[in-house]
Amino acid sequence: MGGYFSELFSGTKSLIDGMWVTLKEFPKRPVTLNYPHQSVPMYRRYRGHIELIPGDEGGTNCVVCGMCERACPSNCITITSEKPEGSKKKVLTGYRLDFTTCSLCGSCVESCNFNAIRFSNEYNLASTRKEDFIFDLMARLKEQQS
Amino acid sequence: MSLTLFNVILAVFVVICFVALNAAYLVYAERKGAAFFQRRPGPMENGPWGLLQPIPDGIKLMTKQLLVPGGVDKAVFITAPVLAMFPALVSFVTIPFSSSIVAHPIEVGVLLIFAFAALGSMSLLVAGWSSRNKYSMISSVRAVSQAVAYEIPLMITTITVVMISGSLNLTDIATRQLDGIWAWHIWPLQADVGFNLLMPVSFLILFVCSVAETNRAPFDLGEAESELVAGFHTEYSSMGFGLFFMGEYANIVIGACLTTILFLGGWSCPFGDLGFFPLTHNVGWFLLKIYLIIFVFIWIRWTFPRTTIYGLLNLSWKYLIPISLFNLLLTAALLKVF
Ligand code: SF4
Ligand code: SF4
Repeated sequence: MGGYFSELFSGTKSLIDGMWVTLKEFPKRPVTLNYPHQSVPMYRRYRGHIELIPGDEGGTNCVVCGMCERACPSNCITITSEKPEGSKKKVLTGYRLDFTTCSLCGSCVESCNFNAIRFSNEYNLASTRKEDFIFDLMARLKEQQS
Repeated sequence: MSLTLFNVILAVFVVICFVALNAAYLVYAERKGAAFFQRRPGPMENGPWGLLQPIPDGIKLMTKQLLVPGGVDKAVFITAPVLAMFPALVSFVTIPFSSSIVAHPIEVGVLLIFAFAALGSMSLLVAGWSSRNKYSMISSVRAVSQAVAYEIPLMITTITVVMISGSLNLTDIATRQLDGIWAWHIWPLQADVGFNLLMPVSFLILFVCSVAETNRAPFDLGEAESELVAGFHTEYSSMGFGLFFMGEYANIVIGACLTTILFLGGWSCPFGDLGFFPLTHNVGWFLLKIYLIIFVFIWIRWTFPRTTIYGLLNLSWKYLIPISLFNLLLTAALLKVF
């Protein structure tokens, strides 16, 4: 019989304690963000898909050495270039990244000796079409610079 | 008020509007409440602070396809949701919102409400029974055992109050408590209750039972998602489910109304009769009280985890029923002595 009443009291007390805990949380401000309208800033070292680094005097730092293209284990990178008349150096004309097979391994970034590519902070990627994940990084760079 | 046909139609119309609006906005309140207790913003997209959220919710619910799965007992399957909604509607007829606002005062109003509450749990039984789904079946068995267990202390506690006020008429019960906050039945040691110390306990029992009656967490064993998919309404889609949903929220309002009338003085102002402000005078206080109680319902739901079915039945049979019985006898004795 003693257990009966002590259980009743301890049970009631624990319920009231629980309600007090949630009541204290009620008036506080939300800790979550209203996602599509607000979002947390992405971490600096987050690995999104790669992007071209803007060069010092416009354009890119890329010298079209092709190291990244060769380093990629999944053949994600396709570089196109041309040699303008009377110039010794090739100029990058297209940098195509097939993100569908990219494993974000970083071999391309590591193999570039000219500081021309890096990981982006892009994390809002969603689509139902495969083509949306094949990026033209030159166009992307131009868009960012304009 | 004479019960002309026009009156009846008007009353039914007003009640349906009240119930539907309540259901829509209680869902909103529930979601917002849940969000605030969990420190989220809750629905925010439709309208300011998401205030228009119930409209798309309703449209979504109504425009979905009404599926009747093969092999169900069709007639019963279709009747069940109606049976869930209808008693809740009818119960509103006898609930007095103030001394003048009551659709039809019935001498045995308390009895009527309990009779229809029993019909409500029958709808759960037949819904689960006709669904041809073992989860629904288990759920309806649970819902009925729960309803039986919790209707007993609920009734006993109500009888205690009925004994004190000497009437089964809800208006009379509320009228007795009109002289300010100390006349409410919830307080211990009132002269005309025979100085009964245990009135707050009675109130608590009634409150716990009305939470259990509405099948809400932590007593929502009937629709324990983690065990029974969605319980008795697993097989219902579209407005079939919608009616169960509305019935549930209507039952919450009825539970709150009943608690208010039996223990919290109905439409009486806590500070005695102030007599001004037509809106805060009668109905205003009543609505304030029921929505406060509904807030506590929401608060409870988002605080406690679901109990087990044994814990649930133990609570009723081992604690609520003996204590409420004891209080009934005590009240009877005290009323005799004083
Ligand atoms: S991160 Fe790895 S897989 Fe992706 S493009 Fe670079 S080398 Fe290829
Ligand atoms: S490794 Fe660097 S410089 Fe060489 S092609 Fe790739 S991006 Fe250009």
